[in-house]
Order: sequence, then C-alpha cells, then structure tokens
Amino acid sequence: MKAAAFAYARATSVANALDLLAAHGDRAKVLSGGQSLMPAMNLRLISPELIVDIGELTELRGITVRGDVLVIGALTRHVELLKSPDIAAHAPLLVDAVAHVAHPAIRNRGTLGGSLAHADPASELPACMLALDATIIVRGPGGERRIAAEEFFTGIYETALAPQELLVAIELPVAKKGSVHFFHEFARRHGDYAIAGLAAQASIDGGRFAGLRLGFFAVGDRPLLANAATRLTGVEVSAAVLTEACAALDAELDPQEDQQASPEMRRHLARVLLKRGVAALLGRPELGAGATT
Amino acid sequence: MTSVRVNPDALSVLDRPNSYIGKTVPRPNLERLLQGRGLYVSDIELPRMAHVVFLRSPHAHAKIVGIDAAQARAMPGVIAIVTGQELAAVITPWVGVLSHLKGLKSAPQSAIAIDRVCWQGEAVAAIVATSRAAAEDAAEHVAVEYEELEAVTDMRTALDPATSVIHASLGDNLAFERVHVAGEVDQAFADSDEVVETEFIFGRHTGVTLEPRSVVADWNAAEARLTIYQGTQAPHMVQNIVALHLGLREAQVRVVCKDVGGSFGIKVHIYADEMATYALSKLLRRPIKFVADRVESFNTDIHARDHRCRGKIGVKRDGTITAFEIDDLTGIGPYSMYPRTSAIEANQVVNLVGGPYTSKNYRARARVVFQNKNVMCQYRAVGHPIACSVTEGLVDLAAMKIGMDPLEIRRRNLIADDAYPCGSPSGLRFEKLSHHASLAKLVKMMDYDALRAEQAALRKKGIHRGIGIASFIEVTNPSAAFYGVGGAKISSQDGVAVRLDAQGSVICATSITEQGQGSESLTAQIVGSVLGVSTDRVRVILGDTDMTPYGGGTWASRGAGIGGEAALQATKILRKNILDVAAVILQSTPDELDIANNAVVNASDGAPRIELNELARVVYFRPDTLPPGIQPELMATKHFVPREYPFAFTNGVQASWLEVDTETGFIRLLKHWVVEDCGTIINPQLVDEQIRGGVVQGLGAALFERCIYDERGQLTNANMADYLVPMSGEMPDIDVGHVVSPTLESELGAKGAGEAGTAGAAAAVSNAVNDALQPFGVTITEIPLTPQVVLTALGRV
Repeated sequence: MKAAAFAYARATSVANALDLLAAHGDRAKVLSGGQSLMPAMNLRLISPELIVDIGELTELRGITVRGDVLVIGALTRHVELLKSPDIAAHAPLLVDAVAHVAHPAIRNRGTLGGSLAHADPASELPACMLALDATIIVRGPGGERRIAAEEFFTGIYETALAPQELLVAIELPVAKKGSVHFFHEFARRHGDYAIAGLAAQASIDGGRFAGLRLGFFAVGDRPLLANAATRLTGVEVSAAVLTEACAALDAELDPQEDQQASPEMRRHLARVLLKRGVAALLGRPELGAGATT
Repeated sequence: MTSVRVNPDALSVLDRPNSYIGKTVPRPNLERLLQGRGLYVSDIELPRMAHVVFLRSPHAHAKIVGIDAAQARAMPGVIAIVTGQELAAVITPWVGVLSHLKGLKSAPQSAIAIDRVCWQGEAVAAIVATSRAAAEDAAEHVAVEYEELEAVTDMRTALDPATSVIHASLGDNLAFERVHVAGEVDQAFADSDEVVETEFIFGRHTGVTLEPRSVVADWNAAEARLTIYQGTQAPHMVQNIVALHLGLREAQVRVVCKDVGGSFGIKVHIYADEMATYALSKLLRRPIKFVADRVESFNTDIHARDHRCRGKIGVKRDGTITAFEIDDLTGIGPYSMYPRTSAIEANQVVNLVGGPYTSKNYRARARVVFQNKNVMCQYRAVGHPIACSVTEGLVDLAAMKIGMDPLEIRRRNLIADDAYPCGSPSGLRFEKLSHHASLAKLVKMMDYDALRAEQAALRKKGIHRGIGIASFIEVTNPSAAFYGVGGAKISSQDGVAVRLDAQGSVICATSITEQGQGSESLTAQIVGSVLGVSTDRVRVILGDTDMTPYGGGTWASRGAGIGGEAALQATKILRKNILDVAAVILQSTPDELDIANNAVVNASDGAPRIELNELARVVYFRPDTLPPGIQPELMATKHFVPREYPFAFTNGVQASWLEVDTETGFIRLLKHWVVEDCGTIINPQLVDEQIRGGVVQGLGAALFERCIYDERGQLTNANMADYLVPMSGEMPDIDVGHVVSPTLESELGAKGAGEAGTAGAAAAVSNAVNDALQPFGVTITEIPLTPQVVLTALGRV
C-alpha cells in the first residue's frame, strides 16, 4: 500500500499553482488536506504524475465577514470551521455539520475547499453549501469564476471545476436574524459517510417557513437542493402537507445502492429526515413522530 | 470490581503478605510501549534485508495459464520474482487435518499457488525487492494469464450435485460432518408444550488487528539456521511447522516474537504467505520482510463465524426446557487451515449448544463445506458466539412463547451451583460453575426490575428499548484434548524458568507470549508474590524459542491458567532453594525463614535477616564461605499441563440494554453488563479490560462487522472505510462483575478470561433487540443487525 512514484511541487502562490496546473492538466492533482487524496494514491486508485501542494498558500486561508457576506478561504480546515466565532455567529449550520465529518485527526487536516472539490456525494459540506446558498469561487488561466453551489456539483466526485482551475474560496450570505437550521445524518458509526443526511436552513415567520433550503446528501450522485421545500413554504404545515412534501421529495430522489443501504431504504430515510427536520425547525415535535411510510 | 470467593482455601502461597495477586499493578511493559520503544516486526531492519510483496489472485477460482514476469524483473530494485512452482523446491505443501476430527478432509495447500487459485487474494507470485514500494511497482508489471473457473460461494448449495467440486481428489465439497445425539430427543419434543424452531444467520467476519501479520525471516547459510521474527501467539508451533516443511531440524529454527499489536486468534495459524516468506529467505539466502497491508489483511487473515444454524427448542409450560436440536452449516474457504484445522469452530458449536442448562436431550449436526472464499479458522471465542446466540436465542423464544420472563426461564433451567462436578449432553465435563450466583449478581448490578419499569414507561411514548440476557460457558485452559490428541505438534503444556541474578533480582523466562493482554504483568505478579520480591525486581522474558522453556504460547484463554501455574510452581522451587541456602548462611532452618520485601526474614516476626542481593553475592562470588558440600541452585524450571479436565470451563452471563429507532432501524447500545467466573483473578484491571475488549469484539459482530462477498467470490469491503469495526463512539459503558470459583487443577486456581466477553455479547444484543421489538411481533435472528436488516424485518422497506 505504497503510492506510485510522483513528482511534487509546493506552490508558492495561487498564480504559481495555476501555472503548474496549466502545464500538467489532469495529470496533476492538487494536494490540500490530503485526507481523500493520499488514501486513494496509497491504494493506487489514482497515480497522478504531479502533486501540487497548496498547503503553504496563506492567501487561501481565513474566515472574514464583508458586510452581508461570509468569505471562507478554501484552505480553511474543518477544525477551524468548528471553532470559528464568525462561523458560529453567521453560519451555525456548518458547526453542526462539521461535528459529523470523520474524526478529529481528519478534521485537523481536511479542508473546506478539498471537501468541495472532491465532491463525495455522501459528504456533509457540499450539501451545506446548497442549503446556505453558497457561491464557489474558482480561479483559472482565464481569471476568476463565481459558481452557484447548485451548479458546482455535477456527479460522483465530479464538479464544474476544470483541471486548470483552483477552488480558492466560498462566499455565504450571513444568516439573517430569526433564521434556524437543522443538520442530521444517519451513519452506521459516528464519523462514517452518511447513509442519508439533511442540511437545512430556514427562516420562519409567524410559524410558517418564509424560506426553506433543504440540502440532502448521500441520496443521489450529488447533493440535492430539494424542490419539495416549496410545498412547505408560506403555508401552515400539517401532517398532510408534510406527507405531500415527502411524496414530492421521493420523486426528486435517485438514490444509489451500496453496502449500507438499498435505494428504497435511502428514500425511506430521506423522508424520515424531512419529517424530523421540519419538526425540529418549526419546533413542533409531533410532526416528526410516528411511523413514516 | 467486586468479587465473591466461593471456595475459600487455607492460606496459600498466593495469600502471602504483600501479595500482588488480586491487585491491579502497573504493567511492566507500559513505559516502554508508551515511549515508543516497543519492537514490532515492522521495526526490525537487518543487513541485506529485502521486502516481499505478493501478487494476489483477482479471481475466486481460476487456472493459472501462465505468468510473465520478464518486464517486472527488469524494474528498479527488483531482486527476484518467484512463482509457486519455483518456491516448491524449498518448501513442501501441507494438509490441514487432525485425526480426532474424524472424517475431516482437505487438499494439499502450497505456499504460493501453483496451477490454480482458489480464493480472491491467494498469492500467485512473490516479488522481492529492495523496498516495499519498489516491489509494489514491479507487481503491477507481472502479467498472469488466468482461465476463470466456476466459483463455489454459497455454502447452502456447496453440497448440491450441480455445484462444481473445488478439489476433485476429495470427491465433494464436504470437509467435515459431525452428528451428536444424547437422550431421547424426539420423545422430549413430543412431550413439550411448545416447540420453537428458527434459523440463525451469522455474518462472516474477521479479527482486525492493529498491527497486521508481519514476518522477517533470516536464513543464515553459514549456521544453517533460520531465524524468524514474527508476531505470533505460538512460537514453538511455528518452529515445528517451519522445520517440517523446509526440511530442517527444529534446532535449526529460532522463532523470536517481540511486541505484537493484537492477535485475537488471527496470529495463531500458519499462513501461506508467511510460509512463502520463510522459504524465500532460504531460497534467496538473505533476510526477507513481509508486512501485510490492510487490504491483504482483509483478504488473507482468517475469517470466522460464517454460519447458518437451524435451532429448535422444546419447553413445558412451567418453563422446563426439554430438548435442544441444531443443524449447523458453515463455509470455510477452499482449505482447512493449518495446523489447527477449520473444523474446530463447528465442532465447538456442537459441543457448546445448551451447555449452561440441565436439559439432557440434545441432537446436533454440523457440516463444514469448502468454498472459493478466504479461509476461515479460529478467532477469539471460537464457536462460542454461535453456540451462545443459538442457545440463548432459543431460550428467549421459548420464554416468549410461554409468556415467561427471560430471567425466570433461566433460573429454572441453569445447572444448579451445587451440582458439580457434572457433564453436558455433548460430553463436556464441568468442574465447578456458578450460573445462579452469576445471574443473581447480574440482576442486582443492572437493577433488572427498575429497567423493566423504565422500558414499560418509555414504550408508552413510542420509545422502544430492550433488555437481553445471555448465559454462557467458555472453554479455557485446554489440555492436549484440543489439538495434541489429533496429531498436531502444538504443546498444551507451558514452562517457566526463574533464576535469581547476582544482585537479587529475578529473571523469568516463560513459554507463554504477550500480544497486549498482560502475560508479562501476570507472570511478574505471580513470581513476585510467590517469591516475596517486588515486581520491579522481576524481569520477564517471552517469545523466543532459543531462550524460553518449550510451550504452547498464548491462545484459547490459556496463558494465565497454564503459564501462570508453571510460574507459580517454578517460583516455589526457587523460593525453597533460596531459603535452603539462607538457612545455611544464617545458621537457621528453612522453616524459620521466609522471603518478604526482597529480603530473607524471620517467619515468626518478619524481622529482616539477609537481603537477597547479599545472599546472591555470597552464592555467586563467595561460595568458598559456605560449608563444604553445599551446591546452591538459584534457578528453577517447572512445566504444567492440566491433567484432570480436558478444559477448565468458565461461565458467566451478560446483559444488554439498548434502544431501537423503529423508524430508521438504528440501534443504540445504552449499557452492557457482564458477570463472569474465571476463578482466581490475578490482576483485576487486566481481567476487566479483557472482558470489555472481548465484549466490544462481540458487539462488533452483533451490529457492524461483516466480510461482504459477492456471488463471484469477490470480497467487496476489504478496507477500513467499508468494513465497520466497532468504535468507541457507539460502545456502551460495560460494567464487569465477578464470581470466583477457582479450578482445583492448579494451585493458582486461575481459568481463562480473554474470550468470555466475546462469547455472549452478540447473544445479549440480539435478545435485547427482539425484546424491544416485541410490540411489533417481530423477531430477528441474524447478525450483524444492520439498519437495513431491522427495517426490512419491520416491513418499513
């Protein structure tokens, strides 16, 4: 279990990293936290010719608030998200989500940009980006592109990022007053990839959802921003409305089969998550109780 | 820890002042391991040492048409590429059978496959290079042409006439069958008020050791001697087997076993790739290192527990169990493992089902079949989790059927604590067990009635919690009945040599081994207590066939009970010898003297007479000052093997308290209790942690662990992300209590404790899940209890 030989370059600037990527294209791989890349290389699932290590690029670090926008550098580590007062104040959903990401040793190394660029459909942060309406900022030979999170994830380990581009930051609208969030995932063990998960962000007005963004993960080939949310917005949510929303959600899902769950079980768990999530967001436990079919 | 000593003896050598027996003392190897100064096989670097990587079959069953290694041979760092045919020049094949398992058959197995591969992961070529990385690079360029053969993967159809036979010379795929009948089974079922029958399914899983299997083999042509550094539980067994198959005398083989990162029975077998590594060293005349990586560990470390067992129980309305019947089927891979065989687990299932209970009517059949999957063999608590889950599952189903509390049915059927010695319908002999005392203690520890009340209250709120109970018996301290009588050269005796050094410290060499369970600690505690010296004065040497007495090693919960008794007896002799010489020096008599706190003292008032270092100085450097004719002997050796009973059975009972989320199928373990009786407890902390570790491995089987094969015989989850080992986040608190019934076979009185936790944990969990699901009218008799299994049973998906 040793990686095949590869060349290694430590990028000295974003421009330098982009030059290296431009020169080597998809024969190069960007090394950020390395928590997915290194195991894949050691298992010889991938054998890149060149590793471009961006670990020293301080310009990709840091969490800042600019007016209504929260900017998070791509090299921000999971542990930094977990501990940042700015994240806790303006995007508390991320704090809840990161607690479910693997284990402390991995969170100490893994980065936000790495997780998004890797785009594992069962990982937590991509779904959070959907729920939080994030904009993903990438830089390439042609300059900077701003990509809505909904457009960024295109399939299993696939994104809108081109081989010559580098994910540099994400931007989030800061959470408005009165907004609430919900995060839960079903995983066999704490820290495992989810069998099904939900990252939700909502605003509530008079006991009704004024806004509701439901980011499901591990129930398809990419994180899903569920349209079913529209059925729950601006209306008095009853058990019947919720059941309708569940049916609508079901129609949106295309879950995969794997060793942990059949597609049918993933659909079932997604419905349970929707019910429990809505109940928690509205503070109405009765909506989440009882058998789900 | 609290304990009740059932058989209080007169003051023994263990009850001396300052005895370490029954006390938690720091482990002597702790500092070394914590400071990173352990020496594992991976740490060993020898001059001219090369690394071997095995190219492994991607197919479950295939003919090897040709191997083209020309390109790989030319790669940087490559020393040799060796095929099975080439290696056969220096090593002979083996057949994993034992004569006492009547009818057991298997086919000859080679160190590296020669014409045919029989499971995905079997080695087809050895690539030897200057580094592991260089060898892996070269392995990618060895071209093997295969012709795929039909793979036998489903044990249920392995014996069908339409299924191909894996080894034509054997005639069929049946490795072993045992039928056992005791009492009047049909009559008993006919006389029962209720008969319950069901099938129990157990997932194939493995024992995941932190340190993988590792070997450095060093053939010294000048000495004609092979030195093997290996993390093994049984160094003398390895020595014997290596000598036999490499054409050497045992004296030409030295096996050195330094620190070992976990074993669990995984490292007590002879593996083909390890045999190949020994042979490669001889062939290439240089040291060769093999360290399995995680993927090959999953594909080649023995698997276990792949059983489907039909079980039947008869019960009367008053709770009397009338009979047990089982029909067990297990698939063991393409070969019976060497030298302990792969029939032992099924044989144990037959032996153990119904074991805690008084019912005398028992019928059992076990069949062991070949498959094209990785080999299966003995892993921690061999057969016990199967037997316990079947027995205790049936007992609970019977109780449910007649509407009796699961505690009550056990109280009415467990063998009475004053009924010993007695036997079981399968022929086991019990010296002294304590089922009722253990159950009573468990009920108190868990506050059973309060839990039942809590369960009832929560059920009204839609929260479904369950209580599961599992009584068990456990084989420990095996005599020659386990392997020796079947012809295996696996010692059932162990030896200890103790000597006083020239400054009054003790060097103790023992044939048991240490893989993390505390063999070194318990040996030092026994020697220190019996002799009267502090444990910091006792140095324990283990794991070296050149240095230690001959013995079996550490497996089958035998280290403390057998090796510990040898240490006790050897130290008694040393103590006597010291007192003899002290009496001469002090012009006293041995009876008037004792040893305490590293000095010879007056037996009467404890007054110090002569420090041990002073005594040693006189003996070693000034024997001229002793009277004529005195020849002091400050070294003593004793061996021990149990002779009265084939096995020292232990017993115990476990309980699980858990919650089932009936909407999602997820199970949350809330609490686990164990009461066990391993006889004399040498070190309470080591015993408790052995129990806890064992429980955790049992809980892994109950909820998480499974080697998932597809229908073509491909292991599809051979990594730590997809194969789920139990982790601390999901583990409940585990409370451990003890009842103490020492075995009278030894002065020490210790029985084994290493496997009891694993024996009953899954049974307790399964019973608790079924207890929780009672309102739904659902019972599940399959492990692992995954959310998918639970949801499916509940009809939710």
